[in-house]
Amino acid sequence: MTISFEDARRAARLARIRVTDDELPRIANELSSILVFMESLKEVDIAGVEPMTSVTPMPLKKRDDQVRRGGHREKVMSNAPDAREGFFAVPKVVE
Amino acid sequence: MSQELNRLSVSEAQEGLRRRDFSSVELTQSCLQAIDEAQELNAFSHVSADIALERARDADQRLAAGDDAAMCGIPVGIKDLFCTENVPTQAASKILDGFVPQYESTVTTKLREAGAVMLGKLNMDEFAMGSSTEHSVYGASLNPWRQLDSSIPLSPGGSSGGSAAAVSADLCLAALGTDTGGSIRQPAALTGIVGIKPTYGRCSRWGIVAFASSLDQAGPMTKSVRDAAIVLQTIAGHDHRDSTSAERKDTNFVDSIRGDIRGMKIGIPSEYRVDGMPAEVDQVWREGAAILKDIGAELVEISLPHTQYALPTYYVIAPAEASSNLARYDGVRYGFRAEISEGEGIDDMYEKTRAEGFGSEVKRRVMVGAYVLSQGFYEAYYRRAQKVRSLIKQDFEMVFKAGVDAILTPATPNSAFPIGQMVDSDPIKMYLNDVFTVTVNLAGLPGISIPARLDAKGLPLGLQLIGRPWEEGALFNLASALEAALEFNNKPEKWW
Repeated sequence: MTISFEDARRAARLARIRVTDDELPRIANELSSILVFMESLKEVDIAGVEPMTSVTPMPLKKRDDQVRRGGHREKVMSNAPDAREGFFAVPKVVE
Repeated sequence: MSQELNRLSVSEAQEGLRRRDFSSVELTQSCLQAIDEAQELNAFSHVSADIALERARDADQRLAAGDDAAMCGIPVGIKDLFCTENVPTQAASKILDGFVPQYESTVTTKLREAGAVMLGKLNMDEFAMGSSTEHSVYGASLNPWRQLDSSIPLSPGGSSGGSAAAVSADLCLAALGTDTGGSIRQPAALTGIVGIKPTYGRCSRWGIVAFASSLDQAGPMTKSVRDAAIVLQTIAGHDHRDSTSAERKDTNFVDSIRGDIRGMKIGIPSEYRVDGMPAEVDQVWREGAAILKDIGAELVEISLPHTQYALPTYYVIAPAEASSNLARYDGVRYGFRAEISEGEGIDDMYEKTRAEGFGSEVKRRVMVGAYVLSQGFYEAYYRRAQKVRSLIKQDFEMVFKAGVDAILTPATPNSAFPIGQMVDSDPIKMYLNDVFTVTVNLAGLPGISIPARLDAKGLPLGLQLIGRPWEEGALFNLASALEAALEFNNKPEKWW
C-alpha cells in the first residue's frame, strides 16, 4: 500500500500540521513504509474477536457530578502564550 | 566520603541515613556534584538544586524525628514527562517551551510525601516517542558505557534514556521513567541497570504528559531489584483522578523478596527467538534460563503465537492514541505559539505552531495516528489492531492459565548502539528495538529488565521477566534471585 502525495497532505491536514509541497514526497514515503509494516495485520484471523477497549478488566468508575477543586484561574492561565483579562487570546476567528 | 555517597543504592543509603552515617544533605550534595561533573552525558534537562537541598534538609529533620519512610532523604531524578510543581516540564519538546506546571503528578507527589529529594528532570525522547533519546529538544543523552577501547558515543536507549544514564552513572540513586512500549526496560538494559514496567493501572497516570493512554505506565529505574521494589511500593496505589488506576492494596513488594524460587514455572517463548538475533543475545537468554533452573525453577517451552503482530499492532494503537492526546498542543493554553502573518487566522496559528513545535518523529506518529483513525481506514487499521491486541493478551492468559508463573526473554535485540545510527535509519528500524518489550504493554502485564552480563564489546545485555497481572511481588522475588545468581557487578568506567 502506498500513500499518494494527496493522502499525505490529508493526513497532515487532519493532524493540523503545516507541511510544504517539498516535504510531501518524504512524508508520503515514510507513511507508506509504516503502513506496509502494518499490512501483516491483515493475515490475522479476527473473526469473532472483541476489540480491546480496556486492558485490565474493570468497569469505568463513576463519581458524583460535583466540583471538587476549582477557582484556580490564575494558575490555569499562567502558562498561556497570550492571556488577557482572564481569557485565552487567539487570532480573530470570525471574518 | 561525600564524593562517593552518590554511588550508593537506595537500600544502602536508607541504612546509612538511619544510622546517621551521613545526612540527606550530604548525600544530595554528592549527587549534585556528580551531576555537575557529568554534563557531557546530558542526562539532566533541568537541575533543581535549591529544591533538592531544601527537601534534603526537611528529610534530615524527619529522619531525626524518627521517620522511617523508605524513601526519606533519598535523591532521585524524574523523567521530564512528569509534571512537577514550579519546575519546568517540557516532555523534551519545543511545543512545551516555557511550561511550568502549577501542580505535581500523583506519582511524584507520593515520592515527595515519602521524603524523597528531587534533583531535577531527566532527558528523554520527545513525548516519549523513540528508543534512543536523540529525539529531544535538549539534544541527545549519552550512554555512560562505551565499547572496549573506543570513544564512539553510544545511545542510552529511550525514551527514558536520561533516567537510565543518570542511574547508571550514579548521578542519582534512583529515577522515574515511563514505559509505553519498552521505554523503561530497553534503556535499563542498555545501561546495565534495573527497570520495571508495572501492571497497567498499578501507578496513577495523573499529571504525566500523556502519550498513549492505554499503554503508558510509570515505573522505577534503579541499581538493584530491591531498590525497584522500594520505589514502586512508594509510587503505586489508587488515585481517583485516574479512572484506570486500580483499587489494589497488595503493594508490599519489598517483603515479597524472599530469595526462594523453587517450584516456580518459567516459560521460554519460542516466538522470541527472532530472525537475525545476535548469537550473544540468544546465549545470554539460554544462560539466564539455565541459572533459573539451577536455583530451583522449572523451565517450560511455551508459545505466544501472535507475537509477530505485536509491533504492527503497537504502531497503529500508540500513534492513534498519541494523535488524540497531542491534539491539546494548539498554542492556546500553554507552551509555544508560532508567529503568524497579517491576514492569517486561527487554523494557520494551529498548523504553524504544531509544525514548528513538534519534532520529526512526533509529527510522523501524529500523522500516522490521524490517518489510521480517519474515515475509511478506521476499520481496516485501528479496529483491526484493537482485535489483534485482544489476541496478544489471550496468548499470555492461556500460558498463565496453564500454570506458568513468569516468562523469561531477552530485554533487547542488541546492546547499546552508536548515537546517530537510529535517527539516520528508516523509522521501522528504530521500532524493532521494542520487539521483546512491546507485547507486555499491549497485554498490560508487569515486566522487569535486569542486567545479565557484558557482551564481547564490553556492553551490558539485559534479561526480561514478564509476570502475571498484579503479581509484581512474585516478579521481584524471581528477579532478585536471578540477579543474585547472575552477579552482575559491572559499572561503566568514568570518562566524563
